[in-house]
Amino acid sequence: MSLDPARDPLDVDALLDDRSTRIVVCCGSGGVGKTTTAAALGLRAAERGRSVVVLTIDPARRLAQSMGIDSLDNVPRRVEGIKGEGELCAMMLDMKRTFDEIVEAHADRERAKAILTNPFYQSLSAGFAGTQEYMAMEKLGQLRARDEWDLIVVDTPPSRSALDFLDAPKRLGSFLDGKLIRLLMAPAKVGGRAGMKFLNVGMSMMTGALGKLLGGQLLRDVQTFVAAMDTMFGGFRKRADATYRLLQAPGTAFLVVASPERDALREAAYFVERLAADAMPLAGLVLNRVHGSGAAELSAERALAAAENLEERRIVDQEGGKIGVRSSFEAPSSGAPATQAPDSPGTPGGSPSTGTPSEGTEPAPVPEPDTSIAPPAEPPADSSVERLTAGLLRLHAERMRLIARERHTRDRFTALHPEVAVAEVAALPGDVHDLAGLRAIGDQLAAATGDPAR
Amino acid sequence: MSRLQVVSGKGGTGKTTVAAALALALATEGKRTLLVEVEGRQGIAQLFETEALPYEERKIAVAPGGGEVYALAIDAELALLDYLQMFYKLGGAGRALKKLGAVDFATTIAPGLRDVLLTGKACEAVRRKDRSGRFAYDCVIMDAPPTGRVTRFLNVNDEVAGLAKIGPIHNQAQAVMRVLKSPETQVHLVTLLEEMPVQETTDGIAELRAAGLPVGRVIVNMVRPALLDEAALDLGLGGAPRTAIAASLSAAGLGGSRGAAARLVDPLLDQAAEYAERHALEASQRSLLADLDLPLHELPLLSEGVDLAGLYELAAELRQQGVS
Repeated sequence: MSLDPARDPLDVDALLDDRSTRIVVCCGSGGVGKTTTAAALGLRAAERGRSVVVLTIDPARRLAQSMGIDSLDNVPRRVEGIKGEGELCAMMLDMKRTFDEIVEAHADRERAKAILTNPFYQSLSAGFAGTQEYMAMEKLGQLRARDEWDLIVVDTPPSRSALDFLDAPKRLGSFLDGKLIRLLMAPAKVGGRAGMKFLNVGMSMMTGALGKLLGGQLLRDVQTFVAAMDTMFGGFRKRADATYRLLQAPGTAFLVVASPERDALREAAYFVERLAADAMPLAGLVLNRVHGSGAAELSAERALAAAENLEERRIVDQEGGKIGVRSSFEAPSSGAPATQAPDSPGTPGGSPSTGTPSEGTEPAPVPEPDTSIAPPAEPPADSSVERLTAGLLRLHAERMRLIARERHTRDRFTALHPEVAVAEVAALPGDVHDLAGLRAIGDQLAAATGDPAR
Repeated sequence: MSRLQVVSGKGGTGKTTVAAALALALATEGKRTLLVEVEGRQGIAQLFETEALPYEERKIAVAPGGGEVYALAIDAELALLDYLQMFYKLGGAGRALKKLGAVDFATTIAPGLRDVLLTGKACEAVRRKDRSGRFAYDCVIMDAPPTGRVTRFLNVNDEVAGLAKIGPIHNQAQAVMRVLKSPETQVHLVTLLEEMPVQETTDGIAELRAAGLPVGRVIVNMVRPALLDEAALDLGLGGAPRTAIAASLSAAGLGGSRGAAARLVDPLLDQAAEYAERHALEASQRSLLADLDLPLHELPLLSEGVDLAGLYELAAELRQQGVS
C-alpha cells in the first residue's frame, strides 16, 4: 500500500473479538460499499468464533449470492461454509412483512384484520421512503431482544440522509404527542364529551378542512387506521425509544463507511459529527476502495517523462528505420537508434548506454560496473515493447495521481477529525462474488493494525 | 425534447453531477432550464459553488449561447404550504395545520405525502406559463432519488389517486401522473461500468417500464480513459518480456541501473493486470448496457474531480453526443 497508513488505525479484530460488542452499525452515503463491509465484518466475526446475524437493508442480490443464499428475506438464513466454531446468519429487511408482524403481534385478531386491510395502512407499509427507517429500527430491536446471536451487524438504509433512522423514533414520538393524532381520532373519541366542546368545534372545522383536502373517504381510512393503531402506537414508540437508547449504550459500535472521494468523505464527516451530537459510540471510519501501488517510489512526473521519452525515441526510430522491417527482435536496426538517440532537449533522461542516472532522480545509485547493464548484452528494445512500457508508465502515472488525490481527500478528513480511527480497504478490480472475496475484505479491514507495511 | 427530464441512478454514480451537466447542456441558445433538487442534500449548490439554495427558483449559471440555468431545492414543508395556498387559498389553514403537527405529519411521518409534494412541485414548474402564455421553463431537470426508490417516488401519485378516490388531492395526483406518464417526461438512469450499478440500472428500467413511466437514456458516468491499447495488453499479459521491459525502462532514463529498473517491472505489470481485469469487466458491462436498446451516452471521468469547469466540460460532451 502506498497510502501512508492513517494516523490512528482502527482495530477491527479487537472490536469484533470483544464479547461486549453486541451491535455494529455501518452507516455512510450510497455507493461506498456499506453492505459489502457489513457482510465482510459479519463473516470475519463468525470465523473468529462469534455467533453473528447480518441485517441488510439493501436488496443487492449479488451480495446474497456471495454468501451462498439465493435471496435474502425477513428471516435470518444460515450461511454455509463458515470456518470455525462460529455461526453466520444473514437477512434482508422486508418492510411490509416487519410491519405486518408488529400488527399481528400486538393487536387482537379483529383489530389486526381491520388494520391489515386498511388501504391507508397498505400503502404506508409497502414502503415509501421513511417507513424503512422505522422498520430497520424495529427489526434491530427485535433481533437484539431475541438474544439468539451475540453480535448483530446492521447496514443502514440508503435513505435521503443515511442518519434518518436516528431521527425516526423522535419523529414518531412528536407525532404521537402531537395534537394531530387526537384530531384524527376526534370523531371516535372526543365526540360525546361535554368538556371538550370548545376543542371539538375547532376540530370538526379542521376535520372539515382535511376532508376537503383529502377527500372524505381517505380521511375516513386514515381515521380508522389511526383508531385501530391507537393502542399499538404507544408500544411502537416505546420500542423505538428503547432501540434508540440501545444504540447509545456500550456494546454498540458505529462504523462510518466511505470511499476516498470528496462527497463520500464530506458525508462521512457529517455522520461523525451527528453521531457525536447524539452521543452514539463511533468506533471508526472504514475507507473502501483505496488505491495503492507497488512501485510508489516512481512518481507520476518521472513516469510520464519517461513515457514521453520512450515515445519520442519511437518516432525517431520510425523515421530512421524506414527501410528496416519492424519485426520483433530485429536487433541491430531497431536497437541501434534506441541506444544512439541523443538526449532530446527538455527530456530528463540520460543516455542509457552510459548507465548514468538521469537528472531529476533522487540520489540515484552510483553507476555499477555490472556487466548485465552493458547495452550489447540486452535484448533489443523493439518498438512494441517500448510501446507497452510507455503504456505501463502512463498507467502508473495515472495511478500515482489518483493515490495523491485520495490521500489529499483523506487527509482533509483526518485533519478535521483526528480522533477517528481509520481502516482502509484496497480497491478491487471487480465485485465480490463469494465468501472468499468477503474474507479477503475482512483481512484487509483487520490489516490496518496488523501489518502497517502492506 | 421532453420538458421534464428526471435523472436517477445508484448512489455514488454521480446523478447530481449528470443532472447539472444536462441542465447546462439543455440551456443553450437562450433556453431556460430549471434544475430541481428533491432530497435536501444541497448537492447542486455545492456543484455550482454557491451558497445553500433556498426554496426559491434562482439563477445559478449561464449556459453557452446565452441560456440560463435556474435551480430550486424543494422543501416538502414549504411546498405543502405553498400548495395549500395555491390551490385552496388555505394560507391560514396552513398555519393552523402546522400548529397541529399536521405539516410534520405530512412531510415526514407519512412519507408518501412527502413524495406527492415533491413531484407535484416539479410538475407545477413544468406546466407553469408566464403572462404571454409561454412556458416559464423550456425544460425542468430533476435530480431524483436513487434507482432503487425512483419508481415508487414517481409513482406515488398513482398510489395516492387510488387512496383518495375523490376530491382535490385525487385530481391533483391524477394531473401529476398525466405529466409523468406522458412523452413530456423522460427518466434517465446514470450508471458506472461496474456490476452492481449496471444490475441496478437493468432492474430499474424494468420497474419503470412496468409502472408505465417513460425511460429515456442511460448515461455511463466516470468512464476511464483507455491507457493501454489491446496490442500492448496482449503483449503485457501473455508472458510479458520482463527483461525487455526492464531494458526499455532503463533506456527511458528510469532507475539508472538495471536492478532498479527491473524492480519496477513486476509492480507495473501487476497494475496492468488489474487494468486488464477492469477493462474486461467494463467491456462486459458495456455490452450488457448496449443490450438494453436505449440511447447510451458516456461521460469521461474528470480526474481532478468535478468543479464548475468540469461541469461545463461534461455539458459540452452531452451536447456533442446529441442529448440536447
